[in-house]
Amino acid sequence: MDGMLLHAFVYLAAAVLAVPVANRLGLGSVLGYLIAGILIGPALGLVGSETKDIQQIAEFGVVMMLFLVGLELEPKLLWEMRGRLLGLGGLQVGLTAVAIAAFALWQGLYWGLGLAIGLVFAMSSTAIVIQTLNEKGLTKTEGGRASFAVLLFQDISVIAVLALIPFLARPESLRLAPWLNAPMGQSPAVHGTARLVAGLPDWGYALVVLGAVAVVVLGGHYLSRPLFRYIAESRLREVFTASALLLVVGTALLMTLVGLSPALGTFLAGVVLANSEFRHELRSDIEPFKGILMGIFFITVGAGIDFGILSRDFVTVLGLTLGVMGLKTAVLLVLARLFRLQAGDRWLFALSLAQAGEFGFVLLGFCVQNGVVQGNIARTLSLVIALSMLLTPALFILYERLIAPRLRNGSGPPAADTIDEEGTVVIAGIGRFGQIINRLLVAAGVDTVVLDHRADQIDLLRKLGIKSYYGEASRPDLLHAAGLGRARLFIVAIDDRDRAVEMVEYCRRTYPQVRILARAYDVSHLYLLKRAGADLAMREVYDTSLGMGAAALRELGMHPYKVERMTRAFRRHESEGLAGMYDLWDEDPDIARNLDLQAVIRKHVGTLQDALNADRMQLHDRTERGWTPPSRGFSRESDEWQ
Amino acid sequence: MSNAPESARGSGEGGRRRILVLFAHPSLERSEVNGPLAEATARVEGVTLVDLYAESPTFDFNVDREQARLLAHEVICFMYPLYWYSTPAILKEWQDLVLERGFAYDAAAPALQGKIFFSALTAGGPEAAYCAAGYNHLTIRELLYPLEQMARLCGMIYLPPFALFGARTALEEGRLAGHVADWVRVLEALRDDRLDLAAAAPRTKLNDDLNAIIRGG
Repeated sequence: MDGMLLHAFVYLAAAVLAVPVANRLGLGSVLGYLIAGILIGPALGLVGSETKDIQQIAEFGVVMMLFLVGLELEPKLLWEMRGRLLGLGGLQVGLTAVAIAAFALWQGLYWGLGLAIGLVFAMSSTAIVIQTLNEKGLTKTEGGRASFAVLLFQDISVIAVLALIPFLARPESLRLAPWLNAPMGQSPAVHGTARLVAGLPDWGYALVVLGAVAVVVLGGHYLSRPLFRYIAESRLREVFTASALLLVVGTALLMTLVGLSPALGTFLAGVVLANSEFRHELRSDIEPFKGILMGIFFITVGAGIDFGILSRDFVTVLGLTLGVMGLKTAVLLVLARLFRLQAGDRWLFALSLAQAGEFGFVLLGFCVQNGVVQGNIARTLSLVIALSMLLTPALFILYERLIAPRLRNGSGPPAADTIDEEGTVVIAGIGRFGQIINRLLVAAGVDTVVLDHRADQIDLLRKLGIKSYYGEASRPDLLHAAGLGRARLFIVAIDDRDRAVEMVEYCRRTYPQVRILARAYDVSHLYLLKRAGADLAMREVYDTSLGMGAAALRELGMHPYKVERMTRAFRRHESEGLAGMYDLWDEDPDIARNLDLQAVIRKHVGTLQDALNADRMQLHDRTERGWTPPSRGFSRESDEWQ
Repeated sequence: MSNAPESARGSGEGGRRRILVLFAHPSLERSEVNGPLAEATARVEGVTLVDLYAESPTFDFNVDREQARLLAHEVICFMYPLYWYSTPAILKEWQDLVLERGFAYDAAAPALQGKIFFSALTAGGPEAAYCAAGYNHLTIRELLYPLEQMARLCGMIYLPPFALFGARTALEEGRLAGHVADWVRVLEALRDDRLDLAAAAPRTKLNDDLNAIIRGG
């Protein structure tokens, strides 16, 4: 117990110390974890033999990561990207792996080993590249899009590579039916039961495997949704989290029992659930676990890096690193030309993907388990992967400082970006209020993401064909998962007053670039929302009340256009009043105590009648105006007070 | 008339005239000519471009702000596509509400006295249609007499419209770029007092042979 706590403390402390620093230096979190591992392992010697055990637990993070990868794969998105995905991605992985394998063969290595190494190095670092592209605002460039397609293909191809690796072992080290050896499932708990299928004949085994896959696909499709809905209605958040974990663990266990890769199984489960309304909720529930486990996994990789090799074979390791990166860059440049990327995008694309990545570590670990790659070679290769990742920030700097400016100078002023998307709008709350907003936006062709905490409501909307997701919209991780960071607008349409203010505050603090529109209950709630940072706050029943007031005047026989003019005057008077009172309210929101505010409100109420009766259309004389004109320069602001 | 053309002296910075362009186009997203014209206008220094349909989409004007804006400029221009031989509806509503008695006319000191007023318009029909022999029977200047009289009643100097005919085919026939360039030239000349008001005033349309009425530039 003491030992476990101590190890947990050392690992977590290293992560907490190293990752934020690495992030701030622009190295990204993956490198941060590696550095943390290097610190506690080779550098300080705080951890030792237990890394192997911890690594087995941490590898479950990979299983979770593939579940999340599956969850992100909307079939529609994949179909839209099919050309680039298969063309760019497929060729990148294929050409890189084959080129490296050819080099290895020439060096006299076994072909299977060479191909395994090639596949390991073909992977780039999704974590580093996506994060860096995001930070530098390059995601929407052609180069950024192409990079994303390749990374996505790599993520998917990991599944196939995991299945392929056991076949690459030398025949003499090949065990019976290699793909029966569940890759990540060799933890002691399942080790014995994995033999459940050992005695079956081939056809029986095939049936069992098909049955297991069917359980995942059909269960995911038909059973999970009623189950999640039932749990969601209980409103117990931790039970939902537990059931999300149960889904992943259960799938992994089932796969292990029948001797398939648990990563493959959870990936499949993720794809099945990608269109479910619980997608964002599942993602935000699993992500923290995945993040921590992957972090620990990278720490163990860092702790296992052998600096002895680096100092002994410095030239070899450096040469291999530069060779791998050079080769990957060359392949990418050829592909970029083939797919007609512009010069600037071509270089961005090639340099950003030149490193090896975290999946490389995963594949390498798997290769060692299956006897495809020997331990000493694997240690050298780990070092090469880590070094190439360390060099990535430098490549981005090279692109930004040297390549991008030079290309810009050559071709005159840069062309304006083509706007090919309406920035996404995130709507929190899809009750009576949010629904109308959403209908208008969707009909206008705007992409919206809708969140609500009532599963029955979401269910109904889905039946009506409205894209919406279940989740407590005030949860930061869920807002993040819904893409608030990339959204242009955030619409807070929930009816919980306090939570609405909290959400506005959170969004303003975390995503300062997003414009926030908020539903207000009454004037003091409206002021609270403004103070929390809402760009526009509107009282929820203001328009309807005014509309019915107008209808009442028409019922009484007043001319409809006169009613219209009076309504407009009312609006103007109201918005001026609200804007004028904010500062006083801000000094002391308690109206009962705030005497100055009381006085202004009294005056505001008193001037309304004059305002409505002063009809400029008929006056035609400035001297007879019966009401105080609004202050100059007010008009711009007044749109925001309704 | 007391308001001789020469009275519209600039009182802006360095004796330049400040120009207010009130732009009205109800479906700007489909515009081929007015969009580029408006963009070019916004880039000319000393010009204030107001997209009326964007600022007051419900025709609900803040009259005080509109009047203050008029006072701050020496040249007032209505820019619009010709709809039924007149301005789009919002400019008529603007006239009805903003040009109040006691402010614009029938006042001890009419607020717009001595300012320059003109239209910049685009028309679908060919120029040949806008004459006694054409199917529109009247010239563009004649059709806009209500605006000319509005300017006169307010004591403003009236200039003939800066007009583009056959606007629907201007883009494909390659006439747009030249028209935009002429427009920028007119704006700059008005701003810098290089446009011969007396020579321009009697014309049917402003943009006939600009070299004859613009000095330098």
